[in-house]
Amino acid sequence: MPPINQPPDLRQHEFLSGMRDTLPLLLGALPFGLIYGAVAATSGLSFAAAIAMSAFVFAGSSQFIAIGLVAAQTPVAIIVLTTLIVNLRHMLYSATLLPYLKHLPQRWRIPLAFWLTDETFAVSVHRFQRNDSSPCKHWYQLGSSIAMYLNWQLWCFLGLVLGNRIPDAQSWGLDVAMPVTFIGMIIPFVKTLPVALCVLTAGAASLLTLAMPYKLGILVSAFAGIAAGLMAQRLARAKVEAIRQ
Amino acid sequence: MSANEAWMLAGMVAVTFGIRYLLFGLAERIRLAPWLSDSLKFIPPAVLTAITLPAVLLPKGDWHLSLANPYLVAALLSLAAGIVTRNLLATIAIGLAAFFAHRLFF
Repeated sequence: MPPINQPPDLRQHEFLSGMRDTLPLLLGALPFGLIYGAVAATSGLSFAAAIAMSAFVFAGSSQFIAIGLVAAQTPVAIIVLTTLIVNLRHMLYSATLLPYLKHLPQRWRIPLAFWLTDETFAVSVHRFQRNDSSPCKHWYQLGSSIAMYLNWQLWCFLGLVLGNRIPDAQSWGLDVAMPVTFIGMIIPFVKTLPVALCVLTAGAASLLTLAMPYKLGILVSAFAGIAAGLMAQRLARAKVEAIRQ
Repeated sequence: MSANEAWMLAGMVAVTFGIRYLLFGLAERIRLAPWLSDSLKFIPPAVLTAITLPAVLLPKGDWHLSLANPYLVAALLSLAAGIVTRNLLATIAIGLAAFFAHRLFF
């Protein structure tokens, strides 16, 4: 990699901005982490395995599904396959970030890949797309990643420790934090008509594909939304061209 | 930790990291067709919406399309708050507050 000028001040600024912009999402992940810990404590999974899952898998929704499957005494191969399918959406995220990260050395790409979550992705992609020439935008993603990671470890641990003492943690409905956080993440993307059509299509498709197993409906719906957005964009461009001629 | 748990963890780590890293790892060898790079900007809102909507309309796995559904009320209010304030923290905080107020009073 060519030695691009990266002033240390700018690195630090990007890193801290990434952390700061992720703060609201930490609030959204808090109850999710607590519930994971509390449910894991009663699922039959050992304390060490529940901690290790948060530390090394670090993927909220698949961790939830995995402890549900453990409690139902599902074979390991099925749990791993389900994890694969539930996390496939991360490949779409990495495809989106690829143009911004491909010039970085592997020592950057590996940790940023490990720490890639819905939240860090949604925050960082806005930073990468902003029109300024900062050569340190990856430090912003690093700040967001580390904030999400430490936050997740803390609340999962507390949930595990307190889990047996909080009766019925699951029935409190703390899981509302996820949709509410995601709504906050979706809004800034919806700036053009094609994106609005994409969101409406993906939403409608998600309700039509509910019967699909392993949350595959999420992927199918995402592709439907992307296709709708692409077509709308083509039509809009064709119209602009037609007017010009 | 049992051997079974260790195998499960190893498998989960391998597939999760593998999915997240595959494209980053191959970055030099990948060139996206123009229509593919056009489609990238639709990915985040499409995926996030496909996760969110069922979680709101079928919070416990069954359809619950009424104002008695606290998840739906929380989602509608946080959507309104988000559109008005354009502030992520306000969006989340108002959604959570609406949810707990709903559970408390209805």
